[in-house]
Amino acid sequence: MLNRVAALGKVTLDAIAGAGAALFMLMRALFGKPQLRKSWPLLMQQMYSVGVLSLLIIVVSGLFIGMVLGLQGYTILVDFGAEQSLGPMVALSLLRELGPVVTALLFAGRAGSALTAEIGLMKATEQLSSLEMMGVDPLRRVISPRFWAGFYSMPILALVFSAVGIYGGYLVGVRWLGVDDGAFWSVMQSNVEWGQDILNGVIKSLVFAFVVTWIALHKGYQCTPTSVGISRATTSTVVTASLAVLGLDFVLTALMFG
Amino acid sequence: MRQVENSALDDALVVIDNLHFAHSFGAHQVYRNLSMRVPRGKITAVMGPSGIGKTTLLRLIGAQLYPQQGSIEFAGHNVHQLNRRDLYELRKRMSMLFQSGALFTDMTVYDNIAFPLREHSQLPEEIIDTIVKMKLEAVGLRGARDLMPAELSGGMARRAALARAIALDPELILYDEPFAGQDPISMGVIVKLIKELNASLGLTSIVVTHDIAEVMTIADYVYILADKQVVGHGTPAQLKQSDDPLIHQFLHGEADGPVPFHYAAASLEDDLLGSDHA
Repeated sequence: MLNRVAALGKVTLDAIAGAGAALFMLMRALFGKPQLRKSWPLLMQQMYSVGVLSLLIIVVSGLFIGMVLGLQGYTILVDFGAEQSLGPMVALSLLRELGPVVTALLFAGRAGSALTAEIGLMKATEQLSSLEMMGVDPLRRVISPRFWAGFYSMPILALVFSAVGIYGGYLVGVRWLGVDDGAFWSVMQSNVEWGQDILNGVIKSLVFAFVVTWIALHKGYQCTPTSVGISRATTSTVVTASLAVLGLDFVLTALMFG
Repeated sequence: MRQVENSALDDALVVIDNLHFAHSFGAHQVYRNLSMRVPRGKITAVMGPSGIGKTTLLRLIGAQLYPQQGSIEFAGHNVHQLNRRDLYELRKRMSMLFQSGALFTDMTVYDNIAFPLREHSQLPEEIIDTIVKMKLEAVGLRGARDLMPAELSGGMARRAALARAIALDPELILYDEPFAGQDPISMGVIVKLIKELNASLGLTSIVVTHDIAEVMTIADYVYILADKQVVGHGTPAQLKQSDDPLIHQFLHGEADGPVPFHYAAASLEDDLLGSDHA
């Protein structure tokens, strides 16, 4: 019994220490003196590797999800003679929910896992230690540009996802199933609001970007520098980030639309 | 502990005093009451059996780890009492050659060596280019400057890392097992480089190793660590003449002696027959 209490205590202390270390890492990475001359090229390089290289999976997934929404929406709406509402249905689903959430999940799987593995390998091969010994703060040189790249990239990727998804819905609904072209766009335009729908989606995306990138970087930075340690950290990034995104999505949806 | 007087120790660049260090909140004590003086401008070898914590010592000197007690001074500064900014400033005056080389895998050899210069100096690229070529020439890798670290052999990677380590002309270089895993030719090259660079650049070097034969040929002073502390120190000649059984065992690579062949365990009889066999 006493052992179980001790084990519970250890788990709790480890969790608090882990959260403290993650917060400490984030603070030091983000609130140092900015050096634009050095930071800008690093940020661009990371935006390319985190953002641009994620484009393909985002575009392909967005297209298919939009097409599925168009098909499913049409089969339901046509029963009520409301197929002209297909446009807003597809657009609102994507802008409010699926765009930010699915992008965050895909981002965690593609870019998040890559970030964790990269930082973990840098740790295992002593590259982070060598930076420290050179008098270069790895949090500023390695963590900070990756964090900002993830933070800026994900909302843009989510918007791309939603735009491509809407086009996918249009392809299926209008070009294949024969919904009126003008009605599809005009009803969508009159039902989608800038602040309530688009802006809230972007805010969600920013929150997810913050959390997913933070988790990915922290897991890499704190991982055990062995092959097993890196593998566990990478898996943990995807699992933790995905659960965090889904949980936060409910909270944010309740706050925004509840 | 064997005390060997040596006047060179009076002018020490690194002074370690009564150091106590344990990993993971005291679960495993690494050092107890460790004291050392590293003479300025000399090559100091730190030797000891595997697992004694030699690499840990280098990380303590670089303030990547913090001791529970005791102090380490580098050029008169207590490295563990500096704030973060001052510590990073101080680290520009020291350098470490990691066992793995620790080259940045996404940069060419040239960019790896230019990296500390670009980070810490405002020098124009033409001057950085000249310095990088000179450092590469010093380690014999000027022709390999456009290669990626993955294209280098183990020995070449270590030489490239050495060129990077001397890029900022540090006062102190910490070598972590520089000879480990090297073929005889690479090993000879690295021995020669450590000796020559130390003399030509006026460096102070700390070489952590258990390759006795190699390091004894270039070291000016040697510390032998065992059982969480210094068990002997002196010049290579003084240590070779030592009659201390532990130093003798270590220098001659004897399997059994004061450092036992067997890891601490219950008696074989108890283990095989069970503790209640009597």
